Amino acid sequence: MTMLDDTDRRILNRMQDDLPLVANPYAEVAAELGLTEADLLTRLNRMKEDRVITRFGPFFDAAAMGGAFCLCAMAVPEERFDSVLIKVNAHPEVAHNYERTHHLNMWFVLATETPERIGATADAIERETGLKVLRFPKLQEFFIGFRVAA
Amino acid sequence: MSITNTDRQIIEALQGGLPLVTAPFADVAARLEMDEATLIDRLAALKASGVIRRIAAAPNHYKLGMIANGMTVWDVEDTRITTLGAQIGALPFVTHCYERPRALPDWPYNLFAMVHGATRDEVCEKRAQIAAILGDACRASDILYSTRILKKTGLRLKERT
Repeated sequence: MTMLDDTDRRILNRMQDDLPLVANPYAEVAAELGLTEADLLTRLNRMKEDRVITRFGPFFDAAAMGGAFCLCAMAVPEERFDSVLIKVNAHPEVAHNYERTHHLNMWFVLATETPERIGATADAIERETGLKVLRFPKLQEFFIGFRVAA
Repeated sequence: MSITNTDRQIIEALQGGLPLVTAPFADVAARLEMDEATLIDRLAALKASGVIRRIAAAPNHYKLGMIANGMTVWDVEDTRITTLGAQIGALPFVTHCYERPRALPDWPYNLFAMVHGATRDEVCEKRAQIAAILGDACRASDILYSTRILKKTGLRLKERT
């Protein structure tokens, strides 16, 4: 686990909320946190290099652009896991992919520009791997927090 | 909403992230050969329409010591899921909560609630709190821990041909 000091943690908590849309947004956030802009940027760049921050930028809602998201799951035989993974991840529509402790052991999210592309991509993965792709589109969203206290 | 060609260029330019520099919008605007004020205005419009939810950091839970990540899944009576889902989604330790279709016979669960914690014991204890709220509306449940991130990227748009 990466060592973070209290300042890093405060930065990480703040940066999970929205960045102001101004010319020098980091200077504004730095002022809120009582830091210099240079210190904030140095720490942010370091946390990104250390992969404490996976990505910094806009979170897009594919659905609002007429696109779609769909959670999918596959039961991949252990001995084929790596070769199936290469085929699945090769699709740019696969946004996240996690290995999980279950008979259904590969869980990924498809993010596409149109709802039709979800089905087309999942079908292509089925053809390429010979494995069934279960599809779990969201029917209702109850909360979208995904902030984590650092 | 439908997005304009300019919006598309902006989204493509920002898919990899926003630069961590003093004037990040000026930097991106220069690459797009537009001025900074125009870019900021378009971003404000994309936020207003919900295309951009926010500009923020995606933290790596594992690196933060949130080593246990449990996707708890529940088979909840359809007539009660809307009320109960809202209660589960409001729990402070639930980071995502969705109703999704069952995939019978492979998958009987229709409520998905993501729970993060430092240890699996902590996640188990939180799962018990969810079970207590669902009570007799829940017929079966399971928990799937993630053991490896296999891919994590932002949304990628395909070049329009």
